[in-house]
Order: sequence, then C-alpha cells, then structure tokens
Amino acid sequence: MPPMRIGGEYGSRPVERRMLEKLNASSIDSVERYDWDELVQEDRVHRLIYTDPAIFNLEMTNIFGAVWVYLGHESQIPANDDYITVRLGLRPIILLRDSHGKIRALFNRCAHRGTTLCRKDKGSARIFTCPYHGWSYLNTGKLRAVPWPDGYACDFKDAKYNVAQVPHVDSYRGFIFATLNPDAPSLLDYLGPITKPIDEWLDRQPKGRIRVCEANRLKYKGNWKLAYDNSGDGYHVVFSHRSLLEMENRQADVANKGMSYYKNSPDTAPMYIAYMGNGHHFKDKRPNIERRAGGLWAVEGPAPGSEHYAEALRRRFGAKAEDILDLASSEPVNINVFPNFSLLGNHIQVFEPISVDETDVTWYGTAVVDEDGTLDGAVGDINALRMRTQEQFPNFGEVDDLANFEEIQRGLACREDEWIYMHRGLGIPGRVKTHANGIITAPATDEVFMREYIKEWKRLMKATPKLAAQREP
Amino acid sequence: MQTAYDPAISSYYVNDGLYRKLVEDFTDWQREELVVTAPELRDHFRLLIEREARLLDELRFDDWLAMYAPECIYWVPGTPGGGDPRREIAISFDDRRRLEDRIFRLRTGYAWSQAPKSRTVRLVSNVEVFATREGAARMVRSNFLISEFRVDGTRFLSGWCAHRFVHSAERWQIQVRQVNLIDCDRNLRNPSIVL
Ligand code: FES
Ligand SMILES: [Fe+2]
Repeated sequence: MPPMRIGGEYGSRPVERRMLEKLNASSIDSVERYDWDELVQEDRVHRLIYTDPAIFNLEMTNIFGAVWVYLGHESQIPANDDYITVRLGLRPIILLRDSHGKIRALFNRCAHRGTTLCRKDKGSARIFTCPYHGWSYLNTGKLRAVPWPDGYACDFKDAKYNVAQVPHVDSYRGFIFATLNPDAPSLLDYLGPITKPIDEWLDRQPKGRIRVCEANRLKYKGNWKLAYDNSGDGYHVVFSHRSLLEMENRQADVANKGMSYYKNSPDTAPMYIAYMGNGHHFKDKRPNIERRAGGLWAVEGPAPGSEHYAEALRRRFGAKAEDILDLASSEPVNINVFPNFSLLGNHIQVFEPISVDETDVTWYGTAVVDEDGTLDGAVGDINALRMRTQEQFPNFGEVDDLANFEEIQRGLACREDEWIYMHRGLGIPGRVKTHANGIITAPATDEVFMREYIKEWKRLMKATPKLAAQREP
Repeated sequence: MQTAYDPAISSYYVNDGLYRKLVEDFTDWQREELVVTAPELRDHFRLLIEREARLLDELRFDDWLAMYAPECIYWVPGTPGGGDPRREIAISFDDRRRLEDRIFRLRTGYAWSQAPKSRTVRLVSNVEVFATREGAARMVRSNFLISEFRVDGTRFLSGWCAHRFVHSAERWQIQVRQVNLIDCDRNLRNPSIVL
C-alpha cells in the first residue's frame, strides 16, 4: 500500500487556505498581490523581503519545506532508537533512527490534539508517549496504544492516527536533509555540483568522516537571509572582522594569520566565489594558501595549546606531523547549501529562522574520527586542539557580523529608502565568468552569488508547491 | 607548573595533563564534608569575587587579569555540567594568551558587537568555599546575575561560577574560572562581554 498523503490540491494546509480565500483575508492576499519581479531586480532587492512577516510566512512553506533543508548529521543519531529534536522551518521535528535503522523526521506533534511528543534535545527511545493523554507511538511513527480505548468508536488502525512525518528524508555522506515537497528533485540532483567541494571537505579527514561535537550557539535579531547573504561575502571581511584580524596578528612577525589575505587587493588574489546552482555557492580560498603539508597550520591563528601540541606531535611523528596539524586548522572554504547549511573552516553552520527578524545561527563543531588508527594515537591530541581552533571564530569574528546583521535590520526600518544593492561586479566585462557546466565564478568580493541565489529564491516564492506530510500506512 | 615560557606569548601549559586535571577538579567537588565554614576564609573569598565583579563592570581588564595566575583558564561550557573540553566545543575556553586576545580585541575599537560597549552590573551571592585534596587550592561556588544594557534594552544573564583558587606569591590567585550559564546549551544573542 503506498503511503497516505495528507492534503489535496491546496497542499499541506487545505482547510486554512480555503478559509482564508473565502474571507479574502489579508495575510494570504498581500503576498499574492506582490510583484516578485519588482521586489527582486537584477541589481537590487526591496527591503520588504527582509522585513515583511507575510513574506516570511510564505518562506516557511515555499523555501523551508519545498526545498531540501538540512536537519542534522548522522553522528548525532549513531545508533538505532537515537533521536535529536530539530526544526524544519518552524515545524518541530524529531529526527531519529528508528528501531530498524531507518532515518526519519517525525513531526513532533501528537496526532490526538497536537502536543509535542518529545521535549528533550536528544536521547534514545523506542516509544514516544504523549505527556498529555498518554497516546503512545513507535519510533516509526505508528500509533502503539491509547489509554482506555473502549471510549472510542473509531478504528485506531486507520493511518490518520499515526504521527505525521516528512516524506522525503535523505543523507549525503552523513548530512541529513528533508523536504515536504513531492515534486522536489532527488537530494543528489538538488545538491548538484556543490557535492564536489563537500566531498573535498570530507575527504581531507581520515576515512572521510567527522563527528559532531556540540556547538557555539548564537542568535541575532534579524532576518535569516542576512546570514545567507553573508555566507559567501568576501567584501565584508576586512571591515566587519577588523578587530579579529588585528587580534590574531598582534604577536605575529608576519601578519599572515587567519584571513589576512583579504587585505590589499583581494580581487586579484587566486581565491574566487562560485555560484553552483539551486541557490548554492562556494567561496574557495584554498588557492591563497601554500599547498603543502602544514600549509594550513602555518596560517592558523594562535589557540590554547598550539605550541605544546605542535611540538609534541612533531617530536613524535617528524615530518608527518604537518599533515596531522592541518587537521586542527581551518579549511579555507565556505560551502553554502541553500537555504540553511554551510561548511566553513571545520564547522557545520546551520541557519534557523524563528521569525521575520530573529534567527538562530548554530556553529556545530566537528571532530576527527579515527576508528582504525590511521592517526596512530594522535586523534585525541588533534581533537583537543581542533576544539580550541574552532572556538576562535564564533567568539571573535561571528559576533561582529551578527551585530552588523542586527544593525541592517534596524536600518531597514527606514521605509522610504527601499532598496538594498547587490551589484558589485555587475556589468564589468570579463569579470564574471559562466562555465560550460553552468557554474558562475567571479573574484572573491563579488556579489554575483547573492544576485543568483536571490533569483532562485524569487523563482521559489512565485511557485505554488503542494507540500504534504505522510503517515505510516 | 614551572616553565621557561611566557604563557601570554606561547601556550604550552594547555596539554593533556591540564585537561585531565581540569575534568577531575571540576567533577564532584561540591561535597558537604569539604565545605569551609571559617568566617574569615569565606569572607576573604567573597571579597575576591565581589572585587572581580566590580572590575569587570568597570572594564578594568588589566586589574582583573592580575587576579589570575599566569597559567590560567577561563571556561564557559556549552553543556550543563561542563562536559569534556577535549572532545567538545565550549562557548569559550581561553588560556592566558586568548584572554589577552579577548581584551585586545575589545580595545581595538572595531569590535562591532561591543561598539557601543555594554553597560553591566553584576550581583554575586551564595558564596560557598570548598576544600580540595591539595592543601594549596580552594574551590569556590557563587551565583551571579548580570544585567547587561546595550543599544536596545537590558537583558539578564544568570548562572553560577566555580573558581579554583591557588595560593601563590602570598596571595590567592584564580587558576580556573568556570562560568556556568543556566542557558548555556541554548542559542545566545551577542555573547561578547567577558562574563
Ligand atoms: S494530545 Fe497527545 S494524547 Fe492527547
Ligand atoms: Fe564574516
């Protein structure tokens, strides 16, 4: 029997939508009256896309629901019955590995009257029992039992009493994504060419594996797109992060630590920004770094334990230590998968919208995994050091960007000044290159990735996806 | 720990030994039989903790750092109970050099998260002193409430601190300060002040 779909021609909210249409209610009307081509132009976008609650509301369907959204990493649910609680847009989700090993994203919502079933951040459970009236469910989402069933005339074998779940859940090399859109392409097709930098990011780790190890959890009062706009922005670095650049070079003989290569003329440096389709983009700063063992470690800023671990590893491993030290150093890339996932340095960064002007930005740390001893016992040392190098940027860099995002949101209260420009690089012959595979590249400070991803955003906002949850039959 | 290196310039003391001892020292230390009741001693540590709060409120970072041992740790765990900093990310885990980095950055004038600077007042209370197995060290627990005003309003950060004091150069110096925010495992807005 094929899995049952909830909702019909109106997508996931048929009743809500029919009622609103009948009432000619403003919340649905105002968005449908928008001329998206006027709001998103070639060189600029309208302030409303960052400030209008109705647009945000539509994004929670047309973006956070209709495209593949990152939910978590497989290392966070390593064993059967493990779960974490996350969000898909605003929907509370239990991301779990069921008792048979299948990864599922259950709506954290009791089929009876809507209570969240699970209130913990993580754990292990075969059964979720609703705290309100005691309905219990298997971790496949199937209803297991209801208290005092004699009081019901219905047939509880009806699929409608199982917990609703996200129908499409898939992972790419450990990264778990989900979508409610039956017409979405496969995850692999959605990711497209950005899988190449993702592969390279993973393959520099032993056996191509990582483990998520807690996070720097941050929040700002601003629209979520301010973070995505920033994720490939090479223009802001020396200005927004000036205090960090000065700090990490305060003791250096040569000021080349961290992102110092942005100083002088970043546009003539070999690094570049690439737009990869479907809203994804990739800033590749690796060409700026000397390609040799220890090349990354040489420009890593100072961290607690740097000298001790570097010397101890060199004493023990000789020349091989340089490769090992590179594992504790930041990989100079920003790999951004629309709408909410970035790999940068050694972090997995996740953007989670809360409201039109509030967003969580979580920087998950990653550790090296070395089950078969490739690192010859150095894994503990390298992770101890890697934890400390990863804490640096959220503490001393990201906080300043977030302050600037908040100040953008404040600035955008000026209603009569409507436009936000993203035209750096536009119209300069030969600056932006489109390659045979459709990838667009430009110098590192170019805003072409913003212009391209926001075009994709516009296309998605114009669409009418028919989202649907699903239940076990 | 005696080294020939200046811990403000290079970091040798953050090593396996330190991490192991840190996790050990910060596990199961608040035991009834170890509570120090002598009023003079309790009062002495209470004064030190109140002084630290005042110095931070007044942004007197040099005087504040002088209260710390040369080889010190400022640790803000991201998991309740502290976790194991060798295996997981903390909100902050600073050695002396990184603490000096932190202060240097705030003074550049370009730390936008602190321009304009926050104004803070800290309340510290419930100070309890605990003996340790080593005679020359004391653990002190205190609760804190930081009111922080910045740009668009006042917010409150609260939690408790664990100070590890060591007696050296004829005074009690802070060797480790663990700052336990009650919401340490939640997303925090602008965590840019020294807590
Ligand atoms: S709401 Fe869950 S059992 Fe009633
Ligand atoms: Fe930045």
